Amino acid sequence: MLVLAARRLASMILIMFVISIMLFVFFEGDKLNLAMRVLGQYSTMEGRLQWLEDNGYNQSLVVRYFSWLFGFLTGDWKQSAQFSAPVFDFLLPRLKNTAILGGCVFLITVCIALILGVFSGIAEASLRDRTITVLSVLTTSVPEFASATFLVAIFVFWLDWLPGSSSFSNGFTWRELVLPVAALVIFNFGYYTRMTRASMAEVMASQYVRTAVLKGLPYRQVVMRHALRNALIAPFTVMILQLNYLLSGVVVTEVFFAYDGYGKAIYDAAMYGDVYLILAGAMIAVAVAVTTQFISDIGYTYLNPRIRFA
Amino acid sequence: MTDIAAPSAPVSRPGRLSKFFKSVALLKESPIGMFGAFLVFFWVFIAIFVDLFPLRDPLAQVSADLLKPALSPAPDGGTYWLGTDDKGRDILSRLFYGSRLVLFWSSFATLVAYTVGMLMGVAAGYRGGWWDEILSFIGNVFLSFPLMVLLIVILSQLGPDSPMGVILADYGFSKTWIRGLTIVLAIMFGTAPQVMRIVRGLVLDLKSRDYIAAAEVRGERPFYIMVVELLPNARGPLIVDACLRLGYVTIAIAALGFLGLGLPPPDPDWGKMISEVRGFGAMAGNAMIWPAIAISSLVLGLNLLADGLREISLRD
Repeated sequence: MLVLAARRLASMILIMFVISIMLFVFFEGDKLNLAMRVLGQYSTMEGRLQWLEDNGYNQSLVVRYFSWLFGFLTGDWKQSAQFSAPVFDFLLPRLKNTAILGGCVFLITVCIALILGVFSGIAEASLRDRTITVLSVLTTSVPEFASATFLVAIFVFWLDWLPGSSSFSNGFTWRELVLPVAALVIFNFGYYTRMTRASMAEVMASQYVRTAVLKGLPYRQVVMRHALRNALIAPFTVMILQLNYLLSGVVVTEVFFAYDGYGKAIYDAAMYGDVYLILAGAMIAVAVAVTTQFISDIGYTYLNPRIRFA
Repeated sequence: MTDIAAPSAPVSRPGRLSKFFKSVALLKESPIGMFGAFLVFFWVFIAIFVDLFPLRDPLAQVSADLLKPALSPAPDGGTYWLGTDDKGRDILSRLFYGSRLVLFWSSFATLVAYTVGMLMGVAAGYRGGWWDEILSFIGNVFLSFPLMVLLIVILSQLGPDSPMGVILADYGFSKTWIRGLTIVLAIMFGTAPQVMRIVRGLVLDLKSRDYIAAAEVRGERPFYIMVVELLPNARGPLIVDACLRLGYVTIAIAALGFLGLGLPPPDPDWGKMISEVRGFGAMAGNAMIWPAIAISSLVLGLNLLADGLREISLRD
């Protein structure tokens, strides 16, 4: 187990290295445009070159990379050119906002997916099962920006119940959180529902569940005690991986609702060529991706006693 | 004198075409798959024959008819069946002409990503050893980079004004093509590793089969074994996955269009049609909804078709 953790950590660090170098090289060609965006369209060429010189963008790539790397490891994540603030201080509240959004989406998605999945899995091919299956295919086919469009058209333009943007310009309110959360839940829950359903249906058809039913246990007890734990193994791992998706898959939704989170920050930074912000964002994303993958593997072994790490 | 038996009629070997029709006929047994196929073929039909419909010019702007609701009368005596957008363009004809762009670019991108991913996967799975280590590491690098962030980073940097765009423009590519090719490239980087993973798993399973050993004993070259023996035998699950993935790619390209990283302005890209009118608030409700419905119906069709195909492949 510790060996596995160490190996994962090593591969994560290696991947971070490769990605940070790639990003550095990739954004190198965009430096002059960055200076132009910072200083405005009508700034002079001399001014832009001076800005690059003053902010250390003119040093050789290798020097800049190692200076960034050293800073990154020691907690100095450099200055964001676009927001003229330290990257770390800028990104922290953004991450908090995304955590709020993602946390709500995750909780609601998991609840809906487990309940619907179990209900449709225990009665395979029933009307209820078919309805739930069709519903989940239907909702997964509506991409989040499309469902956001429908939600805005209905609840903002037509009924006028909720605000159409969630920038929290007047402080945090739950009202502004409803639509982005709803758009993401609608897009996501279907996949997990089908996952839970398939897993539940498989377990319900197994020998030991049949035995439990035949020996006269109450149906509820069979489902709760015998079937559920085994049925939840596969969906569990997939749902943990969803945490990773929620960090970066929310870009489109955050941009749609002008929600000041991590995804929108990355989008703005990429459009602006703000290389240090992109780098920090990418490193966080990789770390979260590898960690969730690790947790999901650990959880899988914990829930499934047949699997043990060699 | 013995009768020489008349040569019996050649045993009819099912050709590729008849096999295809057979699987289409099988699809009939899955009503959900049929409905999906119907939706997909609806859009394919429109994309191919859009020129034959009596539609308005999708780029013509009528400044008197901005953001008209659906079914409002047009100055030429006709009707704006789905209304107009913020520049007075007919939404129906933009949607229909847009289907051509959406279907072409998403199929092209999926095809490229699939080809690269399959070759990488079969090489990693069959060759093993260092091939596997290196290819899997490359795959892992791109997989741990969140898809949407990867697409945004690539597309924000490789626009028509970037060095790559300038070179392509010198070769006479239009802005639409430069953008499209960049999208294909970005989708390839994001999707090929996922395809590679699936193919690698399938190949690891198939590798130990007798016919592979037979081919090796015959002295076939590794490339022949990979492309002629392994890949065709892995096609079942891959066809279903390709269908689903085409849906994901369609969503991704439309999302990029929505983020302003899709095909350049006058082109009727479905994602962009939503973002273009968003600023107009409640007046734009009508203009926003139709492209959202179009994209959802196409993806729904692909998902249902994949479901139907999976059902059929499980039955055999």
